[in-house]
Amino acid sequence: MATTDTEVKELIKREYEHGFVTEIEADTFEPGLNEDVIRRLSKVKQEPEFMLEWRLKAYRRWLEMDDPTWAHVDYPEIDYNAISYYSAPKKQEDMPQSLDEVDPELLRTYEKLGIPLHEREKLAGVAVDAVFDSVSVATTFKEQLAEAGVIFCPISEAVQKYPELVEKYLGSVVPAGDNFFAALNSAVFSDGSFVYIPKGVRCPLELSTYFRINAANTGQFERTLIVADEGSYVSYLEGCTAPMRDENQLHAAVVELVALGDAQIKYSTVQNWYPGDEHGKGGIYNFVTKRGACLGKNSKISWTQVETGSAVTWKYPSCILKGENSVGEFYSVALTHNYQQADTGTKMIHLGKNTRSTIISKGISAGRSSNAYRGLVKFQPGAEGARNYTQCDSLLIGDRCGAHTFPYIESKNKSAIVEHEATTSKVSDEQMFLCRQRGIDPEQAVSMIVNGFCKEVFKELPMEFAVEAGKLLEVSLEGSVG
Amino acid sequence: MLSIKNLHASVEGEEILKGINLEIKAGEVHAIMGPNGSGKSTLSQVLAGNETFEVTEGEVTLNGENLLEQETEERAREGVFLAFQYPVEIPGVSNLQFLRTAVNAKRKHRGEEELNAAEFMKLAKDVSRQVDLDPSFLKRGVNEGFSGGEKKRNEILQALLLEPKLAILDETDSGLDIDALKVVSDGVNALRSEDRAILMVTHYQRLLNHIVPDYVHVLAGGRIIKSGGRELALELEEKGYGWLGVKDDDASN
Repeated sequence: MATTDTEVKELIKREYEHGFVTEIEADTFEPGLNEDVIRRLSKVKQEPEFMLEWRLKAYRRWLEMDDPTWAHVDYPEIDYNAISYYSAPKKQEDMPQSLDEVDPELLRTYEKLGIPLHEREKLAGVAVDAVFDSVSVATTFKEQLAEAGVIFCPISEAVQKYPELVEKYLGSVVPAGDNFFAALNSAVFSDGSFVYIPKGVRCPLELSTYFRINAANTGQFERTLIVADEGSYVSYLEGCTAPMRDENQLHAAVVELVALGDAQIKYSTVQNWYPGDEHGKGGIYNFVTKRGACLGKNSKISWTQVETGSAVTWKYPSCILKGENSVGEFYSVALTHNYQQADTGTKMIHLGKNTRSTIISKGISAGRSSNAYRGLVKFQPGAEGARNYTQCDSLLIGDRCGAHTFPYIESKNKSAIVEHEATTSKVSDEQMFLCRQRGIDPEQAVSMIVNGFCKEVFKELPMEFAVEAGKLLEVSLEGSVG
Repeated sequence: MLSIKNLHASVEGEEILKGINLEIKAGEVHAIMGPNGSGKSTLSQVLAGNETFEVTEGEVTLNGENLLEQETEERAREGVFLAFQYPVEIPGVSNLQFLRTAVNAKRKHRGEEELNAAEFMKLAKDVSRQVDLDPSFLKRGVNEGFSGGEKKRNEILQALLLEPKLAILDETDSGLDIDALKVVSDGVNALRSEDRAILMVTHYQRLLNHIVPDYVHVLAGGRIIKSGGRELALELEEKGYGWLGVKDDDASN
């Protein structure tokens, strides 16, 4: 393309917008992992006995497991004893009751990230449970939610206040021993969000949590649990960015969703963690287990994700469709650039009659990155009349990147119907020439073409996220024209 | 307005343009005719800045500015417009968004205020009616699923919106039935103005019945071998290219 080498270099040199470190005193454990560390962690968090037992059981399972190696990603071996398993802003004993009490340094951090809480509250009517490192520091709109009977709080708080709900549902969708990273998370999870929507309640707000990894060498292990009781509805938004670091940071989260009869959960993610520099140095390891269970009749779980960050992504938001007529959806945009690696997709497990699932996956690869879609569609014998539709599109920018598709289909029921469509295309020279001939800047042209490619997924996002997602792609694609 | 001197250009080492000389003044319409493979499309692409082609010699100026030194998008903002022979599709990007981005890139370049969505919508609707395209086309993906004729009309729509100084029309008549040809020609005639130059590239003279050129040039073997007025096109229609010593593979028309 016409953009000269120097221009490309300039663009590539643009530093990660969110790469800065907040200087806040952190109360951090020494690196290392053993049963004592878990006991200390549980004690610091003032957890009931069942929680400690649950963690220890998970830890013992984890010790017997090995790192998974089947994903199409490559990264150096992780030394789990070099990681610190607890880090919290210091003043956690007296948590701030309002934003005025929040450490101003922290608020400035959010501002740099473009997440002014004050504005967000007013403009968007979004309740924000902001996770900074491992402890939640600001929870807003609590009252309005409480009126509706909605519980939205840090999971550490839920463990203390609603132990019966936590004990009933925690690990019910992603068991502690489900996989290596889920077991690790179960043993050491730091914090995260807990949501309970009572019967027949339509949650009055979009719920949103911003995660941010901050202290060096501190793995972050969020745990999120959302339970939608019969006939309820909730839309949950998750978005995150991380500061620039040279060492790789491990992130192993678990998200569990439970939808009872006629309940609906819409879970949207915009993920923009530090992807590493243009030489592939640094960046977040994002090893996430996300799974939802449609337990009741006519329930619905919908995952929408826009993944642009992280050095390595390993993530398969899935649905277990147990209830009759239940619906699972997965809409995904995954963009990789430079040396990023992503192996992402979904699992749709059809157990119940007439269950339906839709998978729309858009993978975009630029630079020297590798982008894989991995999806499993499974029909169990009871999945009479079940259907799946999968559409899996890859877009390549340049000729040094890779796109891979690994679809798995297993059917044990003859009446089940599955459709699969896949395409691979390139941002063509002709498209670029057309845009530029009309006076459009090459960077803007690529961004526009890629946004067009992702349109089907973006329209599933809540409005404010859709705008953010478009902007994110633009930033993430900087330097991809050359 | 446009001055081309001794222009040579090649693709993958093969020379296609072998010394083109051409002067076009503001307000004039020039037609370039010639058999297939003569270099007509190459000339259009080179002027618009397609980097597939390498300019090896010569100079091109637009109002005194060296065009060859400018990037494709700069030329476009300075007023060079190419109506493509085969407009490409950009799935998922709405025509409206594409056109507004283009128009605003140009307005910004000129130091004018950018148009907001509502202002642009009104303008685009008016112009789309002018080329007989239903405004619903504005919401569809750029050229996505358009018929050949719709694509060509969409090109003229863009020309009318972008108000170029130099409009290059590359085989704009190809693949059009007689009704569509009429619509497209009306659009091009609406483009004619005192301060605008138009360069039409065509294989056939039928377009020139609708858009009457001031000058006609015959391009063959990468050079302009004959220039004349409107009557030259008629002569070509009657006699083909053979009398000029040029072989035409597609002389049946």
